[in-house]
Amino acid sequence: MMRRFINKWTVLIVLLLIVGLWAINVHDWHQLWVISSTPDNIPIVAMLLLVPFFTWMGVKQAVANDRLIESLEADPKLAKTHHRKVEPWRPGWARELHVWPYLVRVEFLATVIVTVVLFIWSITLNAPLEEPANPNLTMNPSKAPWYFLGLQEMLVYFDPWIAGVVMPSIIMVGLMAFPYVDSNPLGNGYYTLRQRRFALWMFGAGFLQWILLIVIGTFIRGPGWIWFWPGQTWDHNAVVFDKNVDLHDMIATSRFGKTLGLGFLAHDPFKFLFGLIVVTGFYIVGGLFFHWLMTVDFKKISFRPLRLFPKNEFEQRILQRTSILQYLTFQFFAVSVLLALPVKLILRLALTIKYVWVTPWFNI
Amino acid sequence: MDDPKETKQLTAGDETDNKGLVTRVKEGTSALKDRAMDEAKEYKDPQETQLWKSIFRVSHDRSDPRNRSLAILSNVFLHLHPAKINRDAVRYPFTWGMGGITFYLFIVLTFTGVLLMFYYHPTKADAFRDILYLEHDVPFGKLLRNMHRWAAHLMVITTWLHMFRVVLTGSYKRPREFNWCVGVVLLVLTLLLSFTGYLLPDDQLGFWAVTVGTNMARATPMLGHEGPFGAQLGLTAYNDVRFGLLGGSIVDSNALLRSYIWHCIGIPLVASIFMAVHFWRIRKDGGISGPAPVVLESEMKAVKKK
Repeated sequence: MMRRFINKWTVLIVLLLIVGLWAINVHDWHQLWVISSTPDNIPIVAMLLLVPFFTWMGVKQAVANDRLIESLEADPKLAKTHHRKVEPWRPGWARELHVWPYLVRVEFLATVIVTVVLFIWSITLNAPLEEPANPNLTMNPSKAPWYFLGLQEMLVYFDPWIAGVVMPSIIMVGLMAFPYVDSNPLGNGYYTLRQRRFALWMFGAGFLQWILLIVIGTFIRGPGWIWFWPGQTWDHNAVVFDKNVDLHDMIATSRFGKTLGLGFLAHDPFKFLFGLIVVTGFYIVGGLFFHWLMTVDFKKISFRPLRLFPKNEFEQRILQRTSILQYLTFQFFAVSVLLALPVKLILRLALTIKYVWVTPWFNI
Repeated sequence: MDDPKETKQLTAGDETDNKGLVTRVKEGTSALKDRAMDEAKEYKDPQETQLWKSIFRVSHDRSDPRNRSLAILSNVFLHLHPAKINRDAVRYPFTWGMGGITFYLFIVLTFTGVLLMFYYHPTKADAFRDILYLEHDVPFGKLLRNMHRWAAHLMVITTWLHMFRVVLTGSYKRPREFNWCVGVVLLVLTLLLSFTGYLLPDDQLGFWAVTVGTNMARATPMLGHEGPFGAQLGLTAYNDVRFGLLGGSIVDSNALLRSYIWHCIGIPLVASIFMAVHFWRIRKDGGISGPAPVVLESEMKAVKKK
């Protein structure tokens, strides 16, 4: 039913509506221009165009390959004789080319183009240079270079030891673990979506979150690291009263908590135990969520009759190849980063919750 | 008197010699010219010259497959390439060329960076003034600094896009898992290179960015004095990991010097080693991964039980 309405035109119209509504509400175009034309922000503005472009380029080839795979799956006879690429090939064509000159000339061309781009960029835009360093005069906002703004933005949601040290380390180790936990042998050396659905969604989600945090840090965080929507004036005198409370306090002092007699949660050791239970529960629920995502067949989900856990046969075969160690490693990184980050972001921004687990040694 | 015959012969000889001097010069010149022309014809093909052969060892543009292969194999800069590659691998949409561009940007940054080093002193007294000098007095100094800055930012972008492509094509899969890990290390080194360079102009931008950045190090578990278990392990602002990074408890002259040395010597050196491994492993793992023939879902084999 829903599928009939989701096509490229409806998506385009909805996107245009959102952009239009936003544009009507922009109060200060100049502020927007100041932020996006700051020379040091040019790269992230470029990323906003480059990432969709290259995503399109990859997806286009993936879709072409997927069509080929589908037709070959349907026709085993053809599968035996087909050269199995979407790139054209005729009998008699050499399968390999000489690197000299066919690759070297492409590389040479690339260096020439990059050099020209760099020259134009360097002639037209100057590298920023502020006043001499002055420890007595704090820059406001005091921002890291754009590629670290994701980390800086994370400081809002987590304590510095998590945002600045633990999270980056987990992300790096997680990235390194990626090839070792991906037990799917297909899609090695060609673009495909249907054979690597889960792996691509997971990586895509991580990449998108990273870019999103940088965009928030660049375009939305103004003086005092206060949230200004794009188009709002950066008010240097703005003060935001932090109403953030810890989860256990929120529950203990709420009307709901009081009627249930949960006031004791505000005190040790109950708040410690409560946080422990919440975090443990988060890992369990998160793990179940990823498990569902791993094998579910979205096409077969229905509400009448209720079927929320239909299994995809191919994804299940992939899961069978996955060892317990691979599975648990993946779950750890997925829940700790891919899920914890957006969950904490929503808790903080929408529900003004500061910590979910308060202990004498650390707070999460 | 002498024998008239002899005299005659002498005069005759003189005569012929006199006559012959012009002719001989003419003849000699034309012979020399012919020889020069002949030799010049040999130089017409630069690949046949001794100079060329001594440098390149083999001719490059012959249609002869052996020479084309030798052009790659016998060249120190090109020998990282295989002699032949998958015919579809040269298509731009497959690789996006991002890995190669990243490496080229590293070279551009090394080149502009060395030139910048000629004009820069990593001291509190000179650093900022050197940038002003570079921007206003050094010929093309501003262009040089701009190019170094933008190439650095571009390198971060191309590194990310390179990783993105490797994920999309599944190129991190067996047997390239380890090279992916080397790549992740290179990503970290690229970011660190960029970050250490940020402080060097010694302006407000770099100073506060590095202050914010290194303040996070205070909170490192067990290594920073404000981090979990830091105080219990006896750490203070004067002996924790942040102190080690900055060479002091605030961002000052020692931090500038450390930043400079990490930026110009330490990290480039480490990064070069990792790059060497990265490129070498590409070859050892069988070159770039594709475009490979597609494998069907029905052809997926079960895992072998040992």
